[in-house]
Amino acid sequence: MKLSGAEIVVQALQDEGVDYLWGYPGGAVLHIYDALFQQDKIRHILVRHEQGATHAADGYARATGKPGVVLVTSGPGATNAVTGIATAHMDSVPMVVISGQVPTPVIGSDAFQEVDTVGITRPCVKHNFLIKRVEDIATTLKKAFYIAATGRPGPVVVDIPKDITDPNIKIPYICPDTPQMRSYNPMVKGHVGQAHKAVELILQAQRPMIYTGGGVILGEASQTLREFVALTSFPITSTLMGLGAYPGTDAQFLGMLGMHGTYEANKAMHASDLLIAIGARFDDRVTGQVAEFCPHARIIHIDVDPASIAKTVRVDIPIVGQVHQVLSDITTLLRPQRDQLSQTTLDAWWQKIETWRAVQSLAYQPSDTVIKPQAAVEMLYQVTRDHDFYLTSDVGQHQMFAAQFYPFDQPRRWINSGGLGTMGFGLPAAMGVQQAFPEATVACITGEASIQMCIQELATCKQYDLPIKIVLLNNGYMGMVRQWQEFFYDSRYSHSYVDALPDFCKLAESFGHVGLRITDPADLEGAYREAFAQKDRLVFLDIVVDPTENVYPMIKAGQGHHEMHLSPNLTTERELA
Amino acid sequence: MRHIISVWLENAAGALARVATLFAARGYNIESLTVAPTEDPTLSRITLVTRGSDHVIEQIIKQLNKLVDVTRVVDLTEGVHIERELMMVKVRAEGTMRAELKRLTDIFRGRIIDIGHTHYVIEVTGDSAKLNAFIETLDDNTILETVRSGALGVARGRKPVASS
Repeated sequence: MKLSGAEIVVQALQDEGVDYLWGYPGGAVLHIYDALFQQDKIRHILVRHEQGATHAADGYARATGKPGVVLVTSGPGATNAVTGIATAHMDSVPMVVISGQVPTPVIGSDAFQEVDTVGITRPCVKHNFLIKRVEDIATTLKKAFYIAATGRPGPVVVDIPKDITDPNIKIPYICPDTPQMRSYNPMVKGHVGQAHKAVELILQAQRPMIYTGGGVILGEASQTLREFVALTSFPITSTLMGLGAYPGTDAQFLGMLGMHGTYEANKAMHASDLLIAIGARFDDRVTGQVAEFCPHARIIHIDVDPASIAKTVRVDIPIVGQVHQVLSDITTLLRPQRDQLSQTTLDAWWQKIETWRAVQSLAYQPSDTVIKPQAAVEMLYQVTRDHDFYLTSDVGQHQMFAAQFYPFDQPRRWINSGGLGTMGFGLPAAMGVQQAFPEATVACITGEASIQMCIQELATCKQYDLPIKIVLLNNGYMGMVRQWQEFFYDSRYSHSYVDALPDFCKLAESFGHVGLRITDPADLEGAYREAFAQKDRLVFLDIVVDPTENVYPMIKAGQGHHEMHLSPNLTTERELA
Repeated sequence: MRHIISVWLENAAGALARVATLFAARGYNIESLTVAPTEDPTLSRITLVTRGSDHVIEQIIKQLNKLVDVTRVVDLTEGVHIERELMMVKVRAEGTMRAELKRLTDIFRGRIIDIGHTHYVIEVTGDSAKLNAFIETLDDNTILETVRSGALGVARGRKPVASS
C-alpha cells in the first residue's frame, strides 16, 4: 500500500484507534485535512480556537484514559495550542498534538506562519518531534502515542512540515510495532524490598494518614486503593486532582487537603506520624510551608516518576513504580499481618479526627434571599447524583466550591486544570467528555470570568449537538482574585470586577442554545431540574450568587496545615476543638 | 558542591537544547557544558559541571534521566575520576616577558602553539583548578584572550560506563 505523507498521518491515527480529532485547518496542514476528508473512521471536531482543541482533547483523555489528539496548523495555530499543551503537561494528561510546519526548505527563514514549535513547546511537553522525512511519519507517531500514554503520561507534539505531507510523494506504509527505545523505558516495577519496609512502617503507625493524588486516577489504581484503605481502616485525604479515586461520600474520606482543604484533613496531616503518599507530588498548594509540613510523620511515597520523589519534601521510603502494582503488593503483604495493627490506637486516632470533623469547617451561612455558591454546588449534587455524571471546571472560587461540596465517588468524573490553573478550560474540556460519552450528563461549572476565555466554543457545541450544561456561578468578580485582594491588599479590588458583562442567556441563545438566569434561591432546584431534563440541548445556567462569599478554610501562602483560617461564621470554641 | 555529570543522549537535533532548556527552566546553574559524539555515532556525550546541594544534584540527575532523549546519566563526582579541561590563552609577549612566559608554560606543562612578534598562544590542559591557577599567575595586562573547553571527565579504572 503506497500512501502520501498526509495519508500516512491519517492511517497511523486510525491504526492507533483514534476516534476523535480536535483541530483547526490552516495552510501547513491542508494536505492532512484533504486526507481526512477522504475517510470516515476518524471524526474531526472543528473548534473555534486552537486552545479549545487542546482542552477538548484533554477532557476526552481525562475522562477515557486514552490520549486526546489535536491537529493544528503552523505559527499561530501552534502558539494558540500552547496553553492547552501546558495544561495537559502540568496534570500529566496523555495527548498527541500534530502541528503543521512550513516546508522544510524554508524552515528558519521567517516564512509566513512560521514559528519554532518544537522550541516553544519544549518546556511544556513530555517530548516533541520535528519530522523531516516522509519515511519517519509512521514510526514517529507510533513513538508519540507510546510516550504520551506510558509511564507518567503527558503531551507529545509532532511537528510536520508541509512538504512532508505532499500528496504527490507516495511511499509504502506498514504499521510499525510498538517502538523499542533505548532511552525510554517507563515500565518500572516497584521494589519488593521497599514494599516490605512500607508494611513495617504501616504496622507501627499510631496516627497514619493516606494522601492520594491524580496519579491514582492516571494509574488506574482506584480499585486497589479502595481495597488498601478498607484493609487498613486508615483515614484518607486527596488532592484536587485525585478526587473520585476514593469515594467522596465514604466515612474514611476526610475531604480534600491543602490550601482550601478541610480542617480535619489538614489537622490530621499535621498530627500524623505516618504519611502514605500515593501518586501525589507534594505540590505547594498541598504542602503549604514545606518546613512545617507533617512535622511528626515518616513518609512513604509511591510514584511512577522518580523525579517526583523527594522533589520538595524528603521521604523515608520512596517506592518508584506503577501505583496499582505497588499498592497491590503492599496490600498483599499487609493482609496476613493486619492483626498487628492496634485497633485501640487507631480508634483513639479516629476519635481525635472526629473532633476536628465536628468543626464542620465547610459550613456556611445559608440564605433564602441570595444564592450562596456553596448551596448552588450542593443542589447540583442533589440533582445529578443519580446521573451518569461528569463535571468539568474552570478555575477560581467555583472550582474550589465544587471540589469541597460535590463528593465524587468514581475516578475520572471530576475534570479540572489543577496544576496550571487554566481559566477557559472547563467548556472545551466538557466538549471532549461529552463526545466520548454521548449518553452521559456532562456539566461545566464556571465563573463569569473563566467562561469568557473560551466562550467561542459554544458554536462548536452547537455544530456537534453537545448537550452540555453550563453552571455559571456569576458573582460579578474574579472571585478568587477578589478574595486575595480582600485578605492581602486591604480590599483594594484592583481590576477584579468584571464590568460590562454580557447577558449570558441572550448570548447562549444567539449560539442556538438555551439560557436560564436564576437569582432567587427558591428557583435553583427547579432550574437545575429543567436544565438537566433537556437531554438534547445545551443549557446555560446563569446563576447569580453572593458576590462576597469566600472560600474557607484557607491556608495562606507560607503557612502550615495547622494555621488554617476558618470561616468567620465559626465560633472560637469550635475553632479550638 | 561542584559536580561533574556525564550525560549520554541520542545524537539527534534538539537533544542538547532539551538539556539546556531543562537547566534554564528549573533554575539549575551550569558552570560548563561540552558535547561531542561518542564512539557510537548515534550517541552524544555531554560533560557538564554544575553546583548545588545534594538535594539539587539529585533532582538534576532525576530530571535529566526523565528526558526522553537521554540514555544514561552518571555523576562522576561520586567515584574516583579524572578531569581535564583544555585552555588556549593569547598573551602579550614582548621583550623579557617572552622567556618568562615560556618558563611559566613549561611549569604548567603547557605548550606554546602560536608565536608572533608580540604575542604567544599558550595551550594548557588540566583540571579546572590548574587552569585557574595558570591564569592567576599571569598579569591581567598580559592576557589578551582566553578560551576554555569546559571540563571533561572519565571514571578511573578499566571498566567503561555503559552508555545506556
